[in-house]
Amino acid sequence: MSDINTKKILAEPIADNNPIILQVLGICSALAVTSKLETALIMCVGLTVVTAFSNLFYSLVRNFIPGSIRIIAQMTIAATLVILVDQTLKAVAYEASKPLSVFVGLILTNCIVMGRLEAYAQSNPPWPSFLDGLGNGLGYSAILVILATFRELFGSGKLMGVEILPLVTEGGWYTPNGLLLLPPSAFFLIGIIIWVVRTWKPQQQEKPMFSIQSGQPHPGGEAH
Amino acid sequence: MEHYINLAIRSLFIENLALAFFLGMCTFLAISKKIETAIGLGIAVIAVQSLTMPLNNLLFQYVLKPGALSWAGLPDTDLTFLGLILYIGVIAATVQILEMTLDKYVPALYNALGIFLPLITVNCAILGGTLFMVERDYTFAESCVYGVSSGGSWALAIALLAGVREKMKYSDVPPALQGLGITFISAGLLAFGFMAFSGIQI
Repeated sequence: MSDINTKKILAEPIADNNPIILQVLGICSALAVTSKLETALIMCVGLTVVTAFSNLFYSLVRNFIPGSIRIIAQMTIAATLVILVDQTLKAVAYEASKPLSVFVGLILTNCIVMGRLEAYAQSNPPWPSFLDGLGNGLGYSAILVILATFRELFGSGKLMGVEILPLVTEGGWYTPNGLLLLPPSAFFLIGIIIWVVRTWKPQQQEKPMFSIQSGQPHPGGEAH
Repeated sequence: MEHYINLAIRSLFIENLALAFFLGMCTFLAISKKIETAIGLGIAVIAVQSLTMPLNNLLFQYVLKPGALSWAGLPDTDLTFLGLILYIGVIAATVQILEMTLDKYVPALYNALGIFLPLITVNCAILGGTLFMVERDYTFAESCVYGVSSGGSWALAIALLAGVREKMKYSDVPPALQGLGITFISAGLLAFGFMAFSGIQI
């Protein structure tokens, strides 16, 4: 396999085919864990590891698994990896894993994992599958890091717990935007990111369900 | 009794699975274009949630919890690390059984829910509900109430969003926001509305 191909598989999910903003996969955790950069980073690492390795392992056994039980097989592989990540996190970084609460467990039902297994690892050899998993994990991470940086920096004036913008309450000049720490702000931010990306890459735009006609006069005139 | 009503109200409005914890977002955003399909999916989620939650609760209380195996003479065993794989197994099995039962006895309902049932296995709202139940250490009765009301909260949210989206097709949305973008923003506004419920106690 050539280098160009490797690069393409890795880089495509980051901007052109991003799992969050184009494929609409794995949004739950993207919204819930991004109020702090640190938790978002842990989540990114966890998800990237699970996606990449479940793609690799499933791709290794894909030819021995009958189609009718493949969902169970995919679930088992993914669940084992998620348990590994969960236990490792609890052992190595217990304090940091607390704010993630149930969301590490929810990597299992994160649609990115199942979606990539079904869409890519199902029909591709192990190495490209691994890269595809890695690329999608990175695409997800990119959005999470942007969101978390924005929310933590402007919501509490800090990044990774280090003060960047001195707050008014502590004698500085920056009045924090409390809205950004509230859950709904993540919806708006993702909406805005989608807006920006789709303005930059117009081929990602969706067709409107109905087009709005301008100024067709009603046959019966204005009388309604 | 009051305790249970309080739990139900809290999980329906304040701790709404979709709008406060962002669970089941993928299906929430993807299948909310029409009110009818949204309600169908919502009912399927309520059904699965109220079946799997008590089952997983029994599993947690009598098999997995530290010291839960003392009835089998193993007071020191802690099997919580097996939780995830067992819960998802229970969920997948319940969905499968529900699908087969409905197909045999209530074909009309099966046809209405048909395509949504398999999707529900990987809906984070179901597994997330179970994980919250484990984290908060609910009793069996509490888990029954929580199962019904948290499923209901998700159904309520998706029906509301579908209503908003049906009206949206008459609006002139900027091309780059069309579809997914504007859906995110309207879901955010809905979530704001639900924040008004926070702090209510009965």
